[in-house]
Amino acid sequence: MSHVITIDQSLCRGCNLCLDVCPKHVFQDSAEIGAAGLKTKQVVDADKCTGCGLCELHCPGAISLDLLPDQVFSRLVADERARTTQSEARGGWKEVNSLLTPGRYFMTGNDAIVEAALAAGCRFFAGYPITPANEILEEMSRRMKAVGGKFIQAEDEIASIFMVMGAAWAGLKAMTATSGPGFALMQEGLSLADMAEVPCVIVNVQRAGPSTGQATRPAAMDMIEARYGSHGGVQRIVVYPESVQEAFDLTIHSFNLAERFRVPVILLSDGYLSHLSEKVEIGERIRVYDRIYVPGEPAFGPTADLAAPSMPRFGDGEALQATGSTHDRSGKRSTADPSVQENLVFYLDRKILSHQEELVDCEELFLDDAEVVVVAFGTVGRSAKWAVKEARGSGRPIGLLRPRIVYPFPAHRIIELSRSVKTFVVPEMSQGQMSHVVGQSIAGEVVPLPQPNGQIIDPRRILGYLLEGVW
Amino acid sequence: MNVRELRKLYLRQERTTFCPGCGYEIFINCFLRAIDELGKRLDDYSFTAGIGCSAWVPNNYFRADNFHTAHGRAIPAAIGLKLANPELEVVTIGGDGDLTSIGGNHLIHAIRKNIPIAVFCLNNFLYGMTGGQVGPTTPLESKTSTTLDGNHEQPFDLMKLVLSVGGRYASRYPTAYPHLLKKGIENMLASDGFRFMEVVSQCPRQYGVRNESSTASRMIALQKEHYLSKEKARGLSMNELEGRIVFGSFQSANEYVRFLSEEQ
Repeated sequence: MSHVITIDQSLCRGCNLCLDVCPKHVFQDSAEIGAAGLKTKQVVDADKCTGCGLCELHCPGAISLDLLPDQVFSRLVADERARTTQSEARGGWKEVNSLLTPGRYFMTGNDAIVEAALAAGCRFFAGYPITPANEILEEMSRRMKAVGGKFIQAEDEIASIFMVMGAAWAGLKAMTATSGPGFALMQEGLSLADMAEVPCVIVNVQRAGPSTGQATRPAAMDMIEARYGSHGGVQRIVVYPESVQEAFDLTIHSFNLAERFRVPVILLSDGYLSHLSEKVEIGERIRVYDRIYVPGEPAFGPTADLAAPSMPRFGDGEALQATGSTHDRSGKRSTADPSVQENLVFYLDRKILSHQEELVDCEELFLDDAEVVVVAFGTVGRSAKWAVKEARGSGRPIGLLRPRIVYPFPAHRIIELSRSVKTFVVPEMSQGQMSHVVGQSIAGEVVPLPQPNGQIIDPRRILGYLLEGVW
Repeated sequence: MNVRELRKLYLRQERTTFCPGCGYEIFINCFLRAIDELGKRLDDYSFTAGIGCSAWVPNNYFRADNFHTAHGRAIPAAIGLKLANPELEVVTIGGDGDLTSIGGNHLIHAIRKNIPIAVFCLNNFLYGMTGGQVGPTTPLESKTSTTLDGNHEQPFDLMKLVLSVGGRYASRYPTAYPHLLKKGIENMLASDGFRFMEVVSQCPRQYGVRNESSTASRMIALQKEHYLSKEKARGLSMNELEGRIVFGSFQSANEYVRFLSEEQ
């Protein structure tokens, strides 16, 4: 009685390893040419086979070696391996108690982001030291312990964003925080988060650049990068608060948006807001959203209704294929089909754009009869607000539009306003980035007020421009 | 179950797109055999991969949770998974360029932090998928598509690299010895802490053709000429070890370096 060797010729790749590795020379080329245009292999002397298994271990799946019963290695049979446990559906809106005692607090922008993240359910933080985001890293190392989450200081920002994505696939809400140079390093990972639909929050505490620039000084120089910095350039949700209170509220909002849309959300701050201490009101209950999981549903888009797809976690038994390569709804790579590529990229855009109306969140002031509108973001918006109010006091028809959600950019609001507004004025802590974005959708006048000097914009400087036209 | 049945059960497709004679097929077979003998299922493991032929092993073929990340970033993603859910058994499969060039920094820091993940480095000595460019493990004088007159850069010895930064589990197995490779994988998966294996693999299409060994069989024969198990190497003198590369599992730099001749 001998071992049984069978060869599936359709799987033979013609590498000839079986001929050469068999110590007993059991295999030979046959005269027949197979489907792949190669000589098929045949077993010439099965009696000589010792069952060593070298042939099947070298073979790309064509050779089956069935050993005599007393030599069978396998300890389990296939049907015993069927998974018996199945995870249950989960996710959606819920209300949770605030982690901090409800009430009034005095804290910095960086601290508010930490507390809000934990309140929103963030239980994983990976980061690398960089000014002016260091306090988020430090505070997270302390606070994450208290709430039973995981903290790791990574070897660089590239590792940070990939650790965050790993944690997100393990089922946790995850975050990292950085500043300009670190944010640039994260673009590679962010692009993957876009493509593989990985929810996470990335805080970019902006500082004056380019490059190392002025590490401790505020700027808003990553406004374009936050949206367009990554390879592929799909739509992003980008948020920029003006105060410590807004930093708290919008951090919770950022997590909810990341979970709902399964996207990386960029939470912008700057070197001023990060270290500014002021009052924060924290309520008793907080509304948070957890990513949806429906067992057996495809884990990736494009979904028919443009909603985020079901997100299993590793260990749910879904044999997930998460990839940054173009893929179908199951996650299977499809790297040559033009329609799969196009549908996926358009879907990633539309997933956000189709919710644009809901995502518009602007502070508006005196817009009803405004002829000049100041469009400002984040901390600059705060300076602008004072200037606009003062100018109104002097009887000037001036209004303010401050998008808290920078992207998707509220272009239709600008278009609407442009019917009556003569001039849009865009003060920025940069050489002028958002002024181009404001101008993209309208033909009217857009005046950039650039200040790339590493200082917050003095409200009096904006007022000076509004009253006297001098910058 | 025989290997064919294991492949049917655990691979997403029976026929891979690896080139004929690719050593990664041997790794796949040995890996499946190893988990089978451990009494495990493939989906008991969570995989991360970077970019390159190596990444295709788990991402395209393994029917198990897999995160196919960017080039070199499989280890940080694995760390995120493992920290977030310590119950996951996390396995990273990468290539030599992937894990030790673009991802080199992540590798040494994962070792330093002793993150309990199993990292398999499928070493084919160059960048296979992109056309056979020189890599951090390309042997001296080897021809690649970017070193047409031979490589003049000192390659990494991956065992020295891992052990010298404090690794406590570094192993090396050539595909020429699949039974030993399979046993090595078994031992590694059953161990704890940070574990690293260099799977010395043949790439006849990119490395072999340029270096006068264009068949898989010839490359396997060359592996057998050069690679020597540490058990066999133990009794040999330095002269006898000259030109040989020792494989097996090593727990410390001291254990490994005594097998190295002075030039190495």
